[in-house]
Amino acid sequence: MELAGTVVDAMDPLMPPPVRRIALDREPNVAPPRSAPNGGPAIAMGTRLRGPGPTSAEVRERMSIESVWLAYGENWVVRDVSLPVRQGEVLALIGASGSGKTTLLRSLNRLTEITAGAARSGRIALDGIDIHELEVNDLRRRVSMVFQQPNPFPMSIFDNVAYALAEQRAVRAVRRRRRTPELEHAVEDALRRAGLHDEVGGDLGRPALKLSGGQQQRLCIARALAAQPEVLLLDEPCSALDPISTATIEELIVGLRESVAIVIVTHNLQQAFRVADHVAFMHLGELVEYGSSDQVFDRPSQQRTRDYISGAFG
Amino acid sequence: MATSALSPRQPSPTVAQPPRERISSWPLADRVCYWLCWATGVALCLIALAIVLFMLVKGISYLRPSLFFESPAPSLHQSEAGGFLDPIVGTLIVTAIGTAIAAPAGVAIATWMSEYGRPSWLARAVESAIEMIAGTPSVVLAIFGLLVFARSFFGFLSQSASDGQVTGQSFFIAGIVMALLALPLVVAATREALVQIPARMREASYALGKTRATTIWRVLLPSARPGITGGIVLGMGRIIGDTAIITILLGSALRNQGVGSVPVLGTLRGFGSTLTSYVYNDSPAGEGNAPQKAYAAAFVLLMIVLVLNALVTRLTSGGTERSRAWSWPALSWMPWTR
Repeated sequence: MELAGTVVDAMDPLMPPPVRRIALDREPNVAPPRSAPNGGPAIAMGTRLRGPGPTSAEVRERMSIESVWLAYGENWVVRDVSLPVRQGEVLALIGASGSGKTTLLRSLNRLTEITAGAARSGRIALDGIDIHELEVNDLRRRVSMVFQQPNPFPMSIFDNVAYALAEQRAVRAVRRRRRTPELEHAVEDALRRAGLHDEVGGDLGRPALKLSGGQQQRLCIARALAAQPEVLLLDEPCSALDPISTATIEELIVGLRESVAIVIVTHNLQQAFRVADHVAFMHLGELVEYGSSDQVFDRPSQQRTRDYISGAFG
Repeated sequence: MATSALSPRQPSPTVAQPPRERISSWPLADRVCYWLCWATGVALCLIALAIVLFMLVKGISYLRPSLFFESPAPSLHQSEAGGFLDPIVGTLIVTAIGTAIAAPAGVAIATWMSEYGRPSWLARAVESAIEMIAGTPSVVLAIFGLLVFARSFFGFLSQSASDGQVTGQSFFIAGIVMALLALPLVVAATREALVQIPARMREASYALGKTRATTIWRVLLPSARPGITGGIVLGMGRIIGDTAIITILLGSALRNQGVGSVPVLGTLRGFGSTLTSYVYNDSPAGEGNAPQKAYAAAFVLLMIVLVLNALVTRLTSGGTERSRAWSWPALSWMPWTR
């Protein structure tokens, strides 16, 4: 009788699972919430990774986004956004899902064009030249991208990076696995810049898919850096990774900003706070606020930014 | 205090077992259907077993090493009928020609359909064409091939009679028509393999400034290689096993008869036989002069196709070491292969 009852209970989908109490041998050790100091950020953000900021002479504008509208079919997903992308600093795009961050990012190297029905108005320029006047593959070598999911190709670590390096006409040489000293040097240099060289250094013939998730993502960054791009686009590069891999990649991003302009899309406000010099907050396709990281996180001028940063929505 | 309130008096875990279903409680009609399903499955196993065992017993008892090295000879006495060297060579030639045409063409068609596919009406038309060819009986393909290749325009592929009439029967022509048989299998396998590659692989390549062509050559086709190879091997099995095309388009000769004096080209333009036509001709249904040799040849044919099937299973199942282990589809019910 009792057994029958148990069976019925267990099979009832509406029945919540039984509470399982965890035995404690000591008092729980919970830190009391710190009250935010006056004028400080609304939530505890952790420490910033940015060192002393580069001098203004080092910061120069590489890309300019001028009154850009982007649409998929009939839907405008980015409305009238203007932003500068500067070398020497990290620009973070923050905002809730569906705010158009990723679409804006993908439009910077014309990856939006892969999607059928994508349309654009306004001007995006790389060093003063409209990106639609550049040859698209040339543009994508200069404005490289790293995606949310680590996506190494199913080949060896070496071949992953060498593939990015190969000019179209030299692809044949790479396919024959001809490892010229220049190619090897360039591959190792890219791996070193992505902080992966010391971990995999000895064995570049290993399949890339055997690496851990964090290593795979750094391999993707190495691949993106291999062709010496001028702008690096990162689309939530850490969202599929554990905190330790995330910390490694964040340090990497901050270290790279001197040599390459970086734009990062992130859902993670703490991450934006840790790595970004400038922050752009987007909501429903509009640019709500753009400013230095200090200003946006400490003294947001817009109510919507304040709400988002304090966790009222998003 | 709070700690003691939470102190462990853990209940022993009870795992709820789903009640075991009793078939005897089912309605009669359901029970009858259930047993019929069961019986059909068992019957199929028995038939597969019977095929393998029968061919094993019949085939091995007549199989002699010499059969592999002797050419067939026309004789009323089985002992003087020779071996099946020519049919084995013929099977290899036809398979090689068919695969050499079907593999690149199939991969090309599938790549276009999956990666380009524009305009869409053309893609739909190509898809329908592939389905039509896949559904056409091979004997119809064979007659169609005879119709096309017996024209004087295609005389260079076969031989001409003294009155100038082109025979339209040769290794070349049989191989070309066999390619149509293998093509749908290669196309289907390649498309399936390409569809399986996540879109982010393509995006990653485009984002590195690679053209679509480079992406296909260097990323997509290498990733799809196991699937493509599986499709090609499946197509080879199809070619090896087909009889109708051989009977109609290879001249039903006993030996491979070359034309002219050029060695390789002459053979390819001439009549010949394969294992399937040899089995047919020597069986009691054909001329019936050497049934024992037909059994031996059929056994060899079965073994070739089984090995190819095992190869497909091994190539396409990626996965774990265990699933990549050699498996023999027709034998895998045996306890020691588990």
